[in-house]
Amino acid sequence: MNDVVIYAVASLGIIGAAAAIILYFVAQKFKVIEDPRIDEVEGALPAANCGGCGFAGCRAFAEALVMKANKEGNLEGLNCPVGGNDVMATVASILNLQVEEQEPLIAVVRCNGSHTNSPKKVIYEGATSCAFAHNLFNGEGGCPYGCLGLGDCVKACAFDAIHINPETGLPEVNDKCVACGACVEACPRDIIELRPKGKKDRRIYVCCINKEKGGPARKNCDVACIGCGKCVKVCPFDAITMENNLAYIDPVKCKLCRKCVPECPTGAIHELNFPLRKLKDDVPVGEMKLEKTEVKASVTIKPDATQDAKEPEGGKENKS
Amino acid sequence: MLKTFKLGGVHPAENKLTENKAIEVLPIPKVAYIPFSQHLGAPARALVQKGDAVKTGQLIAKGEAFISANIHSSVSGKVLKVDDVLDASGYKRPAVVIQVEGDEWAEGINRSGEIIREISLGQKEIIQKINEMGVVGLGGATFPSHVKLMVPEGKRADVLIINGVECEPFLTADHRLMLEKGEELIVGVRILMIALGVKKAIIGIENNKPDAISNMKKITGNQEGIDVQALKVKYPQGAEKQLIKALINREVPSGKLPIEVGAVVHNAGTAYAVYEAVQKNKPLVERVVTITGKSVKNPGNFLVRIGTPIAELVEAAGGLPEDTGKVIGGGPMMGKALNSLDVPIIKGTSGILMLPVEESGRNTVLHCIRCSRCVSVCPMGLEPYLLEKLVMFEDFERTEKERVMDCIECGSCHYTCPANRPLLDYIRLGKNKVGAIIRTRSKK
Repeated sequence: MNDVVIYAVASLGIIGAAAAIILYFVAQKFKVIEDPRIDEVEGALPAANCGGCGFAGCRAFAEALVMKANKEGNLEGLNCPVGGNDVMATVASILNLQVEEQEPLIAVVRCNGSHTNSPKKVIYEGATSCAFAHNLFNGEGGCPYGCLGLGDCVKACAFDAIHINPETGLPEVNDKCVACGACVEACPRDIIELRPKGKKDRRIYVCCINKEKGGPARKNCDVACIGCGKCVKVCPFDAITMENNLAYIDPVKCKLCRKCVPECPTGAIHELNFPLRKLKDDVPVGEMKLEKTEVKASVTIKPDATQDAKEPEGGKENKS
Repeated sequence: MLKTFKLGGVHPAENKLTENKAIEVLPIPKVAYIPFSQHLGAPARALVQKGDAVKTGQLIAKGEAFISANIHSSVSGKVLKVDDVLDASGYKRPAVVIQVEGDEWAEGINRSGEIIREISLGQKEIIQKINEMGVVGLGGATFPSHVKLMVPEGKRADVLIINGVECEPFLTADHRLMLEKGEELIVGVRILMIALGVKKAIIGIENNKPDAISNMKKITGNQEGIDVQALKVKYPQGAEKQLIKALINREVPSGKLPIEVGAVVHNAGTAYAVYEAVQKNKPLVERVVTITGKSVKNPGNFLVRIGTPIAELVEAAGGLPEDTGKVIGGGPMMGKALNSLDVPIIKGTSGILMLPVEESGRNTVLHCIRCSRCVSVCPMGLEPYLLEKLVMFEDFERTEKERVMDCIECGSCHYTCPANRPLLDYIRLGKNKVGAIIRTRSKK
């Protein structure tokens, strides 16, 4: 009986030892030489695997970073939007390189066709997918460029940063946004754009992408860009261009002077996170309209903001 | 035992309310909107400008690509503008808008009612003529007919199939055409046989149209090579591949055209249009449209000029019923809800259906219980529940492997689903995405 145990243990032991020796030499022979810095760089990345950098996850991006550092000695064109400048600085220090500071970006929804601004003309009951609805028809509000409000961007977001506001039916981006660009890809109508966050989070943009002429555009939506060109004339920095009846503000040239905002007759140019303007006796017409549309869009208004929003309406009464 | 296809199929309520209504001629509209893209393939190129005077039947846009079709003016008058107008889905498409003045026809068009039985043209001239006259498949897919008649090299057609099935509920346009214009239609069938160089034609008609079957049998009685075949009623028998399977028991391989098995299918309405184009030199400027619905005052079959706003047709049928919830262009199974009544009738509009509110909405979507009813009714042998899930989770590689591109969008799965899942919506989306993936792959 004892013999059996001894033979079994001995034979297994010999097989194990032989296998260990073979494996050792095989491992030596087929060793994959990997730059240890790849692991280090990967450790420094946020591990979100969102694909915002354009690579298939953080590991692939780390490999690309190290390869580029070895080959060209710089990291130009590679950026982790999620980690931002801090992460890129850490990565650069691992690789003994310098990186230029990138301006942080944020997703901006360029449509204000809420239920009030662009009332429903037809009812859609099909699949809850913007991509399908876009192939099927122009949208409940009738604007062939406007937001369909079915939430493909919400499904695409891995950071819980974009949600549909049930009151307006439009997506709203919150400060969790890391500008990975997933929603930009998901939107079948290219409504969402990545724009620089701006100083103190201040941004000015045209909240419309309707390329129709003024008449047809306004027919479907009260706050559409009608391509009148007033903003182009008033801009002192040549930051606004007009193409296909649609104004576009170049975020690089724009100095956030806010001159274009009151000029817009439909209130299509939006300003974000600016302090309220000082009210003069004669309130410019455009500004009144803008305030009005903001109330119309029924964004959740904080108690103190409501008070502020009322002031221009008072101005309107004075004028009339 | 009547013939039919084997796999899948459903039996929706037939509701052929207008089968006994003779074809009426709808008055010419005041303004006609004629889009440049009424067919599958590339849009036609405009030949007229604002202010031009046009006559009925005059060529106003030329189809220049291989798969494209000519567009003729369906009215006479003055071109108001060449501009974008809304189509049935609400997107803008280029079109000619014509202010109608009188009804003056272009020269060389024979408008007499006399039936010309003698076919004087040869194979090439016939195809040329059909191309010139802008004839497209009138069953709904609007594939340019002349392209179908040009058999690719190395292939051979041995049978022509005429689709008189009209399996969509409510629609009766082809039915009436077979009853009232049977003689002309058969001449059209003979023309198509010459164009294809085949000696045999089969006209497939579902058994719910006994009068059409007996009429066609009576007319074809003394003509060799044309056979009229009654078919068991089953949706979607009017689909090309299902009809071929039902009539000659051949199966078209996945991703291939019917010519692969030696068959070419044309619609009964197309056969009539071919007769008019070849024998009467008349372009495709009007078609029979069924306008129907349970609460419509005066449902009927109308001969309508292409470009007539649908609102005028609705007016002729006694106006929009008060309880209307949805107006559908086409039949209830494959038709599409219209965005507005101002859109024009185009070559592919076979019917206008006005559904009351209680029948127009979708039911509450519940969870899939894996009952596999959709699998058993799919005429193409697909698994709709699986395709829906795959598209939902954006696994397009697997969607393609599950043969999503074979879907004929008949809607049987959607119709039969006890959980009211939007199966076809997702399958269509999947077809769209997979189609795009295949296109980019073939470009590389």
